[in-house]
Amino acid sequence: MRITQGCFSFLPDLTDTQIAKQIQYCLDNGWAVSFEYTDDPHPRNTYWEMWGHPMFDIRDAKAVMGELAECRRMHEECYIRLCAFDSTHTWESLRISFIVQRPSQEPGFMLTRQETGGRNIRYETRAYVVEKPEGERYV
Amino acid sequence: MDTPVINLPVVDGNSRYRAGVMEYRKMGYWEPDYEPKITDVIALFRVTPQDGVDPIEAAAAVAGESSTATWTVVWTDRLTACEKYRAKCFRVDPVPNAPGSHFAYIAYDLDLFEPGSIANLTASIIGNVFGFKPLKALRLEDMRLPVAYVKTFDGPATGIVVERERLDKFGRPLLGATVKPKLGLSGRNYGRVVYEALKGGLDFTKDDENINSQPFMHWRDRYLYCMEAVNKAQAATGEVKGTYLNVTAGTMEEMYKRAEFAKELGSTIVMIDLIIGYTAIESMSKWCRQNDMILHLHRAGHGTYTRQKTHGVSFRVIAKWMRLAGVDHIHAGTVVGKLEGDPKTTAGFYDILREDKNPVCLEHGVFFEQDWASTRKVMPVASGGIHLGQMHELLHLLKDDVILQFGGGTIGHPLGIAAGATANRVALEAMVLARNEGRDIMREGPDILNEAGKWCLPLRQALDTWGDVTFNYASTDTPDFVPSATPAY
Repeated sequence: MRITQGCFSFLPDLTDTQIAKQIQYCLDNGWAVSFEYTDDPHPRNTYWEMWGHPMFDIRDAKAVMGELAECRRMHEECYIRLCAFDSTHTWESLRISFIVQRPSQEPGFMLTRQETGGRNIRYETRAYVVEKPEGERYV
Repeated sequence: MDTPVINLPVVDGNSRYRAGVMEYRKMGYWEPDYEPKITDVIALFRVTPQDGVDPIEAAAAVAGESSTATWTVVWTDRLTACEKYRAKCFRVDPVPNAPGSHFAYIAYDLDLFEPGSIANLTASIIGNVFGFKPLKALRLEDMRLPVAYVKTFDGPATGIVVERERLDKFGRPLLGATVKPKLGLSGRNYGRVVYEALKGGLDFTKDDENINSQPFMHWRDRYLYCMEAVNKAQAATGEVKGTYLNVTAGTMEEMYKRAEFAKELGSTIVMIDLIIGYTAIESMSKWCRQNDMILHLHRAGHGTYTRQKTHGVSFRVIAKWMRLAGVDHIHAGTVVGKLEGDPKTTAGFYDILREDKNPVCLEHGVFFEQDWASTRKVMPVASGGIHLGQMHELLHLLKDDVILQFGGGTIGHPLGIAAGATANRVALEAMVLARNEGRDIMREGPDILNEAGKWCLPLRQALDTWGDVTFNYASTDTPDFVPSATPAY
């Protein structure tokens, strides 16, 4: 399967040229770009690991792409996402977020159903890979 | 217009309170020199007096009948600080290109209104006055809500930003679809549509306004099957999914019961209809706030009073009331779809829902500066006869913070529901990507869609099926301050 988190998951994986253009768009809007990586793809895993702080003071897409290359080198079999943060009053959150690297295999999720009272069912979504410890999931 | 001398209020106590009938403008409801206070609520009415009724007197009557006045003088006014409580009409302008109609600006003291109650606000402002005989027609066009009053409301339970954080969806409009046919599906069949649409790429599916609990599908059945579909789609995609479970019912108790069940099943969102009334809407908003739930409002019924320009309440006022009342989603027009929606007027609605400050913009029908004082933002929903061939127009006109709902455009896809959903999502992402890259999507939009259609068959088929469908009808609710009428696209 292919997890569809982020705003470009239905397109073919973006090339570095395409990613750089999106970074430039973020920088032009005054947003701070950052990268985050994880090997736990659960849809409610909010806190992916930070690849350093958001780059508040970098205004050059090339430098940001350098960081991405480094992050990819250190975390080859992980999900990496680009996030752009807008500190404008009444927003103060992400403006865009999309996946820029996926593991070579995405086994997906198991859905378990626990029958409870009446016809109610308690659902659990569990990534197959999380049976293994962090760092060993996609090797 | 009459000479100012005739219009002056009577200030001498004996003359002012002599028993009998007196013109409203003389009773203190017309004060052309009045400077509205920063804490005043201001309403702008479009007043169409009966033939022979002086516009100033008609406007003063609107001020009177929507505040303290009755048809005759009453001495008991003198037991109160009546000058403070009288609404004051301070400006009357003729409506451009509409002989016989006037814009009346009326200021209301803050003490006239109970804090945090849309019911109380509307009981005054649109209470008795709309049936007042000396008027042919009356329309509430806009309101300035002072910060002091705005702050008495909690506002949206979730708001755009927190909703996006909770769903982990940033950088693009959200996608939804209303399950069709809107009536008649069994719970099991209904859930099938939800599953296919969410798995295919939509973020949300939606109950329609009149899906409550009918013989063909009781509400509990619907909720149970829908949540099976949501959870299954979530596992299939690794993405947060939701379905607006309509909790609209005959009583408040029943609505709470349905909302509690939706929560128990793990739904992220519940839905209500505008026709449940302002108090019920506020109650559901409080419930959602306490229960981490997003609140979707379907504006069912609004067309009965928002559409005609001469009489009723403009939707921009309803949008303001609903932001105060605390809904998270509200249907606000599509411009390009099958339902009423002049582009500029609709832009005004969207600004009211999404911005923290609204400047005056007569071109968009926004008459007052409005400070929302950090009240959370409401996500507008564009629904009704839109399809992916219009994606560039939708993104250009409505921007990112909107939910695009393609009901027929998803479910009616020749390759099936999931394919329809995928086509919509691919079209959207391709368009956002292109716009961010700096391409001129209004010019290149069709090319961008065709390019994506080369590698995405469902998109290709959708374009072949609906690519040319348009709804070109003139709008009825248009701004008064544009040089020429705007086409409805």
